Amino acid sequence: MCGTCGCGSENNGPTILKPGEEKHEHSHDEHHHHHEGHSHSHEKEHRHHHDDHSHSHDHSHKHKILAIEQDILQNNQILAARNRGYFEAKNIFALNMVSSPGSGKTSILESTLANLKEDIPFYVIEGDQQTLNDANRIDALNIPVIQINTGKGCHLESDMVFEAVKRLNIEDNAILMIENVGNLVCPSMFDLGESKRVVIISTTEGEDKPIKYPDMFHTSDICIINKIDLLPYVNIDVQKLKNYALQVNPNLQFFEVSATTGEGMEAWYKWLKDNMHPS
Amino acid sequence: MHELSIALGIVKIAENETAKANAKKVTKIELEIGVLAGVELESLNFIWESAIKDSVLEFAKKDITIIKGLGKCIDCDTEFDMEFIYDTCPNCKSNFKGILKGKELRVKVLEVI
Repeated sequence: MCGTCGCGSENNGPTILKPGEEKHEHSHDEHHHHHEGHSHSHEKEHRHHHDDHSHSHDHSHKHKILAIEQDILQNNQILAARNRGYFEAKNIFALNMVSSPGSGKTSILESTLANLKEDIPFYVIEGDQQTLNDANRIDALNIPVIQINTGKGCHLESDMVFEAVKRLNIEDNAILMIENVGNLVCPSMFDLGESKRVVIISTTEGEDKPIKYPDMFHTSDICIINKIDLLPYVNIDVQKLKNYALQVNPNLQFFEVSATTGEGMEAWYKWLKDNMHPS
Repeated sequence: MHELSIALGIVKIAENETAKANAKKVTKIELEIGVLAGVELESLNFIWESAIKDSVLEFAKKDITIIKGLGKCIDCDTEFDMEFIYDTCPNCKSNFKGILKGKELRVKVLEVI
């Protein structure tokens, strides 16, 4: 897996595709070019260093101790900061949507886009391990969308978003929805440069999920509780769920919705409109 | 399994720093990982061998220091040990706290040759 540029022409690496693109011909070339440049300079660096080394080798055989003190996620955080700066400069409101698989991220997206697309320019980045299925659902609404297939990867990283954003040509004052890979664990550690992180949980999941997977709730700003139309049929205490979530993150703001019936969605739409242009 | 990304991040740091120091390989790496950092040590150890293969870390000794969680209550200023990110203040039961220690995820020292 190439952790540097987010491109993945290799078997297991991430690929970035637009709906209708069979084998991302365009992006492949583009990426390949970039990749070549990268590995070239890398090699050069290495050879250089090797020469240097054999030279100094004659002088000493000693171990050297390097005090590094470097954050392991630093690379991801630097590129996330770069994304964030780009979003802020263009007044793009970027949301990182995270949840377990099947809690309704794509359905919430579809309803939101269908209802607000006349008023707000939307762009979408879809993250999944495989398939263009989600991107095709968004594409059917005539919204510009890019699919990132992470292959074996279980989460999006800021370099993948960086590459995807470059291909989206987002206009100013827009909303960018980044639908992360369905996974309540891994994406929590990876800042993508989003303005807000939105965790979605559905009423068919257990009310104790926030304390079972605390990291995701701890790092989120908004919690959408989806599928409230199913409340009469499922055994869940929504207040208990909220209390657990607040125990993990007392600053969480909740929306209770049903993407299917539209119940509660107006409050979510209002929040989007109120927050997309920070004063 | 985000531990693979973590391990590859560690490899990248080691490669960069080893090159900067004009060294050939790493003999020992010291890591600091907090209990609230969201990393499963078992998973990290599991993928470690495959992540460091053919890198400067391939034959390095790995030394991990676990850092315990420490929180400070925003409401009553009590400092308390934290095992989980949702631990509440033992004094006033408040959910509002700052995390002082336990989120570390750092490469601390490299010994290179």
